[in-house]
Amino acid sequence: MKYTGRVWKFEDNINTDLILPIVAFYMTPEEQARYVFKANRPGWVDQIKPGDIIIGGKNFGMGSSRPAARSLKTLQIGCLIAHSINGLFFRNAVNWALPAMECPNVPEAFDEGDIAEIDFDECVVRNLTKGTVLKSERVPPELVSIVEAGGIYALLEKKGAIAAKAPA
Amino acid sequence: MGMTIAEKILAKKSGRAKVSPGDLVTVEVDTVVVMDNNFMPSQWRDVLEVRDPERIVVAHDHRAPASTVASASAHVTGRKFVEKFGIKRFHDVGAQQGISHQLVADYGYALPGSVLICGDSHTCSAGVFNCIARGVGTPDIVYGCVTGTAWFKVGATVRYELTGRLPRAVTAKDAFLQIAGQYGDHATMNVEYGGSGIASLSINARKTLTTMSAELSAEFATFEADEALIEWVRARNPTPFEPVAPDPDAQYAAVREVDLSTLQPLVAFPDSVVGNSRPVADAAGVKIDQAFIGSCANGTLEDLTLAAEVLKGRQVATHTRLLITPASQIVYREAARSGILSILADAGAVVTPATCGACGGGSMGVLGPNETCITATTRNFKGRMGDPSARIFMGSPATVAASAIRGVITDPREFLK
Repeated sequence: MKYTGRVWKFEDNINTDLILPIVAFYMTPEEQARYVFKANRPGWVDQIKPGDIIIGGKNFGMGSSRPAARSLKTLQIGCLIAHSINGLFFRNAVNWALPAMECPNVPEAFDEGDIAEIDFDECVVRNLTKGTVLKSERVPPELVSIVEAGGIYALLEKKGAIAAKAPA
Repeated sequence: MGMTIAEKILAKKSGRAKVSPGDLVTVEVDTVVVMDNNFMPSQWRDVLEVRDPERIVVAHDHRAPASTVASASAHVTGRKFVEKFGIKRFHDVGAQQGISHQLVADYGYALPGSVLICGDSHTCSAGVFNCIARGVGTPDIVYGCVTGTAWFKVGATVRYELTGRLPRAVTAKDAFLQIAGQYGDHATMNVEYGGSGIASLSINARKTLTTMSAELSAEFATFEADEALIEWVRARNPTPFEPVAPDPDAQYAAVREVDLSTLQPLVAFPDSVVGNSRPVADAAGVKIDQAFIGSCANGTLEDLTLAAEVLKGRQVATHTRLLITPASQIVYREAARSGILSILADAGAVVTPATCGACGGGSMGVLGPNETCITATTRNFKGRMGDPSARIFMGSPATVAASAIRGVITDPREFLK
């Protein structure tokens, strides 16, 4: 699994209320995605392009179990890389099929707008703009295959264990 | 090399002799707690098969009674799911209603040595019962219902050795704020609580520590078992169980002592629970619009009793609202029987039915623009309880009750001598 894209940088301790605020909780996934970072970075959702990459600091995604990772997936964010990712957010990322990987000290290696290349097999993050390379943490292959399969729901659908569509 | 409590349970439930930090394991899940948010139309998928309905608990807790059409439809979906699979442990709006983590305590759903998952981030609450419990997302919940399993990445463990006894007017919430203030987050790590000091803490007080450990971003938060804990579970669940102790040579990322006798009332300042604790004196005098006591962290009978002790014969300040939400209807009904509810209501508190309610900004106490709240609940992020411009301070039920009387943030030792 390999991703290349333009980088957006975020600070330490980005929480789930910033990604999926409670005011958007009852909306459809598409509507919810419009609220991503509305409180801390208004207008960001209109600046991004499909395949862009988020670089976060420490404990990215702290907080709630709500499907905040799905909102990033809905916005077609290609990949999330952070110094560290909150455990609950990471499992939601895997299960909603958002590629996510930890890479210590990654924020220092990038300026916003740089082009990053993320290689899940080789466990490296490359800054193609600056020509630098960082070693990342390995995402276990079992989890990479969940992401590649399209997430937990896609797997369960294939098994015939859940209905294909969300309830109306 | 030995294992910590969390590692031993993960090893046993994944059929391995040993696990170490960094391992990825698939474990048998003993209990899957599904809550109303999971049934939201934007998250739920119609489940066609489940591994074992006996392992499933369903609780309508976040928005109960329903606050919007979306939450009402989630409840409808939940009821259909329960009926379809014949799930017996169902907590709908009514006498058995409550916040899922409180129900786990009330009904003894979490057995020592077991694995529990629930779709709410404060699920580590159940770790008070010497089990491993984790908050997960809705896909995990559906997967858990269908397969009876879950994956976990094994984290390193930090152990807290509690010693001494809390002084008057100082609570487990203050002990937690001390840890969160001093040590910050514990992301990707487990937290283990033990030591001679736990004997002086009630199960309810210990549960405040495990519940709040979600704010440390802990994977699992687990207490050592003792007689008080074993008796609590046995009184509520006839299923046999085996408590798990850490190996004497268990490997910890850190072992830290917390002397409970040295602690004081603390508050977390707005927007972050970790790294944000200060003595109440630092916030004293800040005018508050709303005071709130409730949630899976502070909605027990003990929390309500402490608030009543502060409020008895006194009145909530005229410009301040005091909202109290018991964590379950069992707590509510016991508080009614013992006269606690009357004391609270006579003082001017509004007591709501048991639900997550205002803690998550869902209903019954949402904050307006630029309001200030002091809360004895779980989380104080920007926008958590309503408008993003609202400021949320966090303290113990005693500190919140004292602040409600004065209308400004107040040290509870003024009332609890």
